[in-house]
Amino acid sequence: MATTTTQTDIQQSIVRQQKSEQRKKQILNLVLLALLLLAPAVLYPVFLMKILCFALFAVALNLLLGYTGLLSFGHAAFLAAGSYTTGYLLSSFPGLTTEMGIIVGTATSLLLGLGFGLVAIRRQGIYFAMITLALAQLVYFFFVQAPFTGGEDGMHGVPRGHLFGLIDLSDNNAMYYFVLAVFLGGYLLVQRIVGSPFGQVLKAIKQNEPRAVSLGYNVDRYKLLAFVLSAGLAGLAGSVKTVVFQLASLNDAHWHMSGEVILMTLLGGTGTLLGPVVGAGFVVTLEYQLSQGPLGDWVDPILGAIFVLTVMAFRSGIVGEIQNFMRKNMS
Amino acid sequence: MTEILGVPVAVLSGQLMLGVINGAFYALLSLGLAVIFGLLKIINFAHGAMYMLGAMGTVLLFDAFGVNYWVALFLAPVIVGCFGIVLEYFLLRRIAGQDHIYSLLLTFGIALILQGVLTNIYGVSGLRYSMPEVFRGGMNLGFMFLPYYRAWVIVAALLVCFGTWFMIEKTRLGSYLRAGTEDSQLMQGFGINVPLLISLTYGFGVMLAAFAGALAAPIYSVSPVMGSNILIVVFAVVVIGGMGSIAGAVITGLMMGVVEGFTKVFYPEGSAAVIFLVMVVVLLIRPSGLFGKEA
Repeated sequence: MATTTTQTDIQQSIVRQQKSEQRKKQILNLVLLALLLLAPAVLYPVFLMKILCFALFAVALNLLLGYTGLLSFGHAAFLAAGSYTTGYLLSSFPGLTTEMGIIVGTATSLLLGLGFGLVAIRRQGIYFAMITLALAQLVYFFFVQAPFTGGEDGMHGVPRGHLFGLIDLSDNNAMYYFVLAVFLGGYLLVQRIVGSPFGQVLKAIKQNEPRAVSLGYNVDRYKLLAFVLSAGLAGLAGSVKTVVFQLASLNDAHWHMSGEVILMTLLGGTGTLLGPVVGAGFVVTLEYQLSQGPLGDWVDPILGAIFVLTVMAFRSGIVGEIQNFMRKNMS
Repeated sequence: MTEILGVPVAVLSGQLMLGVINGAFYALLSLGLAVIFGLLKIINFAHGAMYMLGAMGTVLLFDAFGVNYWVALFLAPVIVGCFGIVLEYFLLRRIAGQDHIYSLLLTFGIALILQGVLTNIYGVSGLRYSMPEVFRGGMNLGFMFLPYYRAWVIVAALLVCFGTWFMIEKTRLGSYLRAGTEDSQLMQGFGINVPLLISLTYGFGVMLAAFAGALAAPIYSVSPVMGSNILIVVFAVVVIGGMGSIAGAVITGLMMGVVEGFTKVFYPEGSAAVIFLVMVVVLLIRPSGLFGKEA
């Protein structure tokens, strides 16, 4: 009798603890949301939009890297595919509403992701990274030579247009809230995916792929779907980024960009929802600050040093380390 | 002028030779990657940077100390190899037990640092390295003109590849390396200093890359960014060949160089992409690669 009471006590206290943790998370999320809503009053909206675009890009990568355990070194291809498609459509068809350009751009990346995925998931681990890198290089060559991309110069003067044909996006504040809405949509989608049964299988694949196979899961199909979703979200980030900056450039397709988004994800914390957002904010701010100062030419080596430091000293990333710290000190 | 498929023989054989030379560099680089992968089970993303260091080292040794080509061809790889051992000892070793993704990212970070720092000092436009006196000129083979230096590149690369194969397959040190590739823990149990072997292997793999760089200095534009694009091609080569065998890495490297050369003749726009397309086809038909062992 006594033991059962203690057991129910423990269960109740666990439930209570989980509830209080959930409440804390909810409060944290609400505070962050409020900050994002008020931010343009304090900070330059275009700068904030840049952070949000890269945050969405990193969130997309994290779905693969953090939750499925697949390191894609070719995500720049999806960013660029979304970016160029949207840029091309909005420049060439003036009647097109902005959201249509973004939707088609995202769909293009989704399809490209399907193509990449079908080839790349045939190998695992570091081979996967090398294959995605090589495929992305192929896409890069395509964008260099394709007639509509403007080659080395890129695409300039892409009109922001009207959202749903109604809201004029040339106003930075309107644009900001649109980007924020898209970002939140992507973020919540990933949150939903990760928490779903599908997401649980992805985590199982990350932790022990042979066991997931032996449990009867068609691992390749799960990986492929995760890859396609990630590619689509990366494309969405690219599309929106083109609308914000009104340009699409080869930088987006370069392997350097693939490396940068990995750094954002890793630095913020792989496998945490908020990590990539923090990482993107950190890297974009750092790059901006460096470009203003005398160290403008030293961005690459500094990013490289952060890479080395993160891998050597805090692999869980900023958010991951904070979570570990909280867990250790709360219990 | 005789023609094959509407292309003059001289053009065809000329491009073919350039292809073989590119292939020789691919072979040297993928060989180094394969050697490192065999024992350390990591992909060395800094391999392109090491190739670049070899080339830059050759140029700078000449500019600063007047070191001649032959000495630099030996000295630059040795210096870079020692640098590799230092990197292995202080960085790679500390994360040896972790997921291989981390070692890949670590070497990527190292590559970014090396490339970025040298770009700031020397710019991206490229340094000039004059051809050694002995290799000026060339010989006429009747159907094509063969510059001496290009012939030397092919011979030297093949010699080094053969030497590496011989060392790994036929010598005692090589047998340790192969045993370590199979099961390094068991080897440690037999009293062999595995950590030392790992350091030496990484140093050796990196040295091969630097040797390729030193060899490339007189014919390619030497700049801090020369390593990054060739590395991606070499990754594709490695995926095509599979990293299972030494000979496989060399053969695939040469083959891909030739394929690239042919494409330059018949469809120049596609020459940059052809190796990646071959990779896709190979992955669809034979995912483990042409010489790969694992499924």
